[in-house]
Amino acid sequence: MSFDNAYEALTEDNDTRWAFGTGFTDPLAGMDTSVPSGVDAAELARSCLWLGDDALIMSHRLQEWVAAAPELEDEVALANIGLDLLGQARLLLARAAKADPALVPAVNQSDEDALAFFRAAEDFHNVRLVELAGGDFAFSMARLLVFSTWRLALFQRLVDSPDQVLTAIAAKGVKELTYHRDYAARWVVRLGDGTDLSHERMQAGLDEVWPYVDELFDGENEDDKALREEFDAVMAQVITAGALKQPYLRPVPTAGRHTEHLEPLLAEMQSVARAHPDATW
Amino acid sequence: MSDWPLYEVFVRGKRGLNHVHVGSLHAADDEMALRNARDLYTRRNEGVSIWVVRADHITASSPDEKDPFFAPSGDKVYRHPTFYDIPEDVPHM
Repeated sequence: MSFDNAYEALTEDNDTRWAFGTGFTDPLAGMDTSVPSGVDAAELARSCLWLGDDALIMSHRLQEWVAAAPELEDEVALANIGLDLLGQARLLLARAAKADPALVPAVNQSDEDALAFFRAAEDFHNVRLVELAGGDFAFSMARLLVFSTWRLALFQRLVDSPDQVLTAIAAKGVKELTYHRDYAARWVVRLGDGTDLSHERMQAGLDEVWPYVDELFDGENEDDKALREEFDAVMAQVITAGALKQPYLRPVPTAGRHTEHLEPLLAEMQSVARAHPDATW
Repeated sequence: MSDWPLYEVFVRGKRGLNHVHVGSLHAADDEMALRNARDLYTRRNEGVSIWVVRADHITASSPDEKDPFFAPSGDKVYRHPTFYDIPEDVPHM
């Protein structure tokens, strides 16, 4: 064996680490997907669906940067992060479907595809933060920071979930989200503490995102409060390091569960699967 | 397009003993170069260690000097370990 090729090991071992091989096989293959006794299957399914929808829609927004990012290097970084989240969505939607098959639209598709491509906007449960359209790079970094800080804190708790599948999904996600948060935080600090122009735009991006923070934390119990405190502490640290101001903006009123941005997003994301419902990948 | 400096990237693979040059990238500073290298060159779990160095910090031999630099060693056969039998159990040769 030669030792001067860093990529040699790629051709060896198994290929389970590939996100997408030639076959779109069951993402939960090999796992015990029975619902543990004492766990409410419908409730578990609902949690997985919500978490999966957040990841799916956020992933789509990140993919929109591909071919439009300010630097090639960041384009790849954003695509990597989007792909991580798409992987989380696959696992979570598949888990939701296994726990409560009644959630899955009756189409001739795998469970995850049926959930992703054959539900209407009103059946999606993602937070509005991930739907928001457009925005510049600073806005996207502010959103990614808020999203990954919140989701990382959430996944760190889910590692102790009574459901063994969700536990495994969370453990994998924690490593990914730690990197996503790091990536976003570095950009927020760099832009916030950069030139006058970059500072101004970073602050504007943060202000734009902030009204959608409160809806991430709708729980009332002690653990929900601890989650919010953890989130606030991380955000305060990044905001201070980036010489930015914590926005004090009132949350947007909850008129309907989604913004007007979700439907156009779904129309694009679902168009191929719906145009060719019997296609195989 | 980018006015960020160019960096050269070296990755040590899981089985590798040495860092090996894998390519280059642009970054605003060293720390960003390391992050970008992670995203560009270790997407498939190849590496266990990354080095980055600014390309303009590398002193390279010039193609014009090829002959005076390298030709004199070409005919010194006694510098090559071809007269030894390497035992089976010597690794990494």
